[in-house]
Amino acid sequence: MLRLVVRRLLQLIPTLLGLSVLLFLWLNKLPGGPAAALLGERATEADKARIERALGLDQPVWVQYGRFLKRLGELDLGTSTQTGQPVWEEFARRFPATVELGIFAMLIAVAVGIPLGYFAAKRRGSWLDVSAVSGSLLGICIPVFFLAFILRAVFAVNLGWFPSYGRQSTGLNATEVTGFYVLDGILTGEFDAAWDALTHLVLPALALASIPLAIIVRMTRASVLEVLGEDYVRTAESKGLQQHVIRGRHVLRNALLPVVTAVGLLTGSLLSGAVLTESVFAFGGIGSFLRTAIDGRDYPVLVGFILFIALTYVILNLLVDLAYNLIDPRVRVH
Amino acid sequence: MRIRKSRAARAVVVTLAMGLAVTSCASDRDEGGKGEAGDTFIFGAAGDPGSLDPALASDGETFRVTRQAFEALIEHEPGGSQLVGGLAESWEGSEDGTEWTFKLRDGVKFHDGEKLTAEAVCKNYDHWFNWSGTYQNSAVSYYWQTIMGGFKKNEDKETPEANYVSCTAEDELTPVIKVKEATANLPGGFSLQALAIHSPKAIDAYEKEEAKGEGDAITYPKYSQEAGTVAGTGPFKISKWNKGNKEVTLERFDDYWGKKAGVEKLVFRTLDTEEGRRQALQAGDIHGYDLVAPADVKTLEKDGFQVPTRDVFNIFYLGFNQENNKLLKKKEVREAIAHAIDRDNIVETQLPEGGVKASQFMPDTVAGYSGDVKVYEQDVEKSKELLADAGAKNPTLDFCYPTEVTRPYMPAPADMFELMKTDLEKAGIKVKPRAMKWNPDYLDSTQNGKCSLYLMGWTGDFNDGYNFIGTWFGGYDKQWGFKNDKVFDAMKAASSEPDAEKRTELYKKANEVIMDFLPGLPISSSPPSIAFAKDVNPPKVSPLTQENFAEVSFK
Repeated sequence: MLRLVVRRLLQLIPTLLGLSVLLFLWLNKLPGGPAAALLGERATEADKARIERALGLDQPVWVQYGRFLKRLGELDLGTSTQTGQPVWEEFARRFPATVELGIFAMLIAVAVGIPLGYFAAKRRGSWLDVSAVSGSLLGICIPVFFLAFILRAVFAVNLGWFPSYGRQSTGLNATEVTGFYVLDGILTGEFDAAWDALTHLVLPALALASIPLAIIVRMTRASVLEVLGEDYVRTAESKGLQQHVIRGRHVLRNALLPVVTAVGLLTGSLLSGAVLTESVFAFGGIGSFLRTAIDGRDYPVLVGFILFIALTYVILNLLVDLAYNLIDPRVRVH
Repeated sequence: MRIRKSRAARAVVVTLAMGLAVTSCASDRDEGGKGEAGDTFIFGAAGDPGSLDPALASDGETFRVTRQAFEALIEHEPGGSQLVGGLAESWEGSEDGTEWTFKLRDGVKFHDGEKLTAEAVCKNYDHWFNWSGTYQNSAVSYYWQTIMGGFKKNEDKETPEANYVSCTAEDELTPVIKVKEATANLPGGFSLQALAIHSPKAIDAYEKEEAKGEGDAITYPKYSQEAGTVAGTGPFKISKWNKGNKEVTLERFDDYWGKKAGVEKLVFRTLDTEEGRRQALQAGDIHGYDLVAPADVKTLEKDGFQVPTRDVFNIFYLGFNQENNKLLKKKEVREAIAHAIDRDNIVETQLPEGGVKASQFMPDTVAGYSGDVKVYEQDVEKSKELLADAGAKNPTLDFCYPTEVTRPYMPAPADMFELMKTDLEKAGIKVKPRAMKWNPDYLDSTQNGKCSLYLMGWTGDFNDGYNFIGTWFGGYDKQWGFKNDKVFDAMKAASSEPDAEKRTELYKKANEVIMDFLPGLPISSSPPSIAFAKDVNPPKVSPLTQENFAEVSFK
């Protein structure tokens, strides 16, 4: 087990290096640059030249890359050209928001998706099955940002049930401990603040959950259907085992393997979905920060973010493999 | 068949019910975004501020926040663009325009308890003049460099030479600021938020950080990123900047020398999209927002929101680049374009009420506006004749326009482009459209002269002609790609004239010379709208977008 973890982490190094080279080349080809973005309408030629020199953008790409690697070696991602603050700090400040949103969205997707997929399969062809399948198709088809707009227009503006933006009501000034506002509210006993943060999470999390939820429903359904047809389930049934034992130990446990993989990968993809959702709800996480970074050609933030996503993917994959071990002892990973 | 139908119907019901079941778990939300304090005014800003020290900024979103906490020596009249007393009750320039004497208001206190004195003012100016390292980068000290030139010790040969000489305290309340040469940027420049006065005690605290300025990247100093250190004299003090939640909170300053603010707390919350700001106002989560889309004005008003209109203080123009396309070097071609465009139609169909057609590169509210410039009315036949004379029948021109942006002077760029394209084609000019994302693609392309025709504009900082035409026609600029000594000399003569009246006359002449040469076609000036909730008394709106939120109160 330990060897697996170490080997996977070592594999990260060439992956991240390769990715960073590609990124540098790509960024270099993008039109415009941080200088133009920083100065806006008022930029003069000389102003821009000076900023480029200050940011080291007048130097060849390989020199810039070398400097980047050197900094990375010192665990320094550089300074955001937009905010003038260290990229690490900017990430650390926004990370909890995105994680909180991601966890909440994934909770909705798993808590609703797995039972729904399971019962849809058990009652194949029933109205529940038809609605689960057609509903999930809808979930996959509707673009996340569009759904976010609709949710905001209906539930925040027209009905007024939820706040239309942000993570916390203005002027609440709740105590911050971990940066996860719901958790902070519970930890400090400020339950108002926890509730407030929760109401702020609902709409963006629903929007963000739409695609993973749909995929999980479909995968669980397909997987359960397959397992239901297996001999060992029939054997268990003929042995007269109790339904809940068959359901839990024989069907779900086996059916969940591919779903766990999907959940792992979907969690990684939530980060990219967050870019749009967070922007619509002005949520203040890494996602909306990335959008402004793209607009502002904030190279250090872009490079840092994409490397970060890669890292997240690798780690999630690792966790998925470890979860496999736990769920199904037959799959021993060495 | 019947069974299937009922299954489908049930399926729809279940899908909807599922949606409701999930959403209703938190339905009894507490009232709005107003928080516990009923006396909190929340304003939806379009972008985060860059720093809490206005001296390091050059953008409107930063100044909107800092303006409530920092005051300059001179201010603009509420709701207008004329200069009036600010921290200085009065001011006087020497005849040659190099010495400026201010009479400070007595009894003004900074947020940290310090007293406003002539020495405090000089401490500010000397602090800026002595900036080094990162602070000398024009992205950080744009306005200081524009108004006062460079620094005591320029570290880069491209930094302009310093025009600032000294600031001395003649007595406790009389600072005297000296510059080398007269400039059109004074006294208007003294009104800039970037040159607003900070508490001397706070400056001492900032200066300890100054050593950090490195050449490798533009890193804003820590003090400018956290509330607590900065201190001005304004009606509000900045108490918190929650970057994660994208909001800056200001609190009423009870020792303010003037009329106290009408609300206890003022919050600027960033909502990047226009749609997001509008919906937040409609949902009751904010009490006002800026950069209202002209198309939304009527709807908002119908719903009972207040949408006051500012006076015009901007200019929108169609730029020509004479280097990018040699045809544009020919004056006949430029004139042909001017005669092809129906500007009345653009103003009528694209601008909110109050929009006006432009005849020159400044609105008529700016000193130096001339009534005698050459006008180019729409005349398609004349346009065709001019093209024939120039030997440029049916020319093709690439035309850049920005997407995903609204500017105060340009509410709907794509629609405006379409109208102009149709007009140009009527006159036989073929147009190759080039749509680009505003920032940075479009800005980069237009500023580097990569577009033959392009749409651009400007909102003034203060009421002096140079703040408009000087920004473009003072000398060669890649954006325009021309060299014309007649234009440059006219600008130079005006910019170095210390006498304000004479300068105004020189600007008028310059406008005439420019419009005769026709480097581009001024299209319109547009009044930018700002929206407020029903239950607030809004501040007087300012053509310079310098609203004073201390004037806000709840009904």
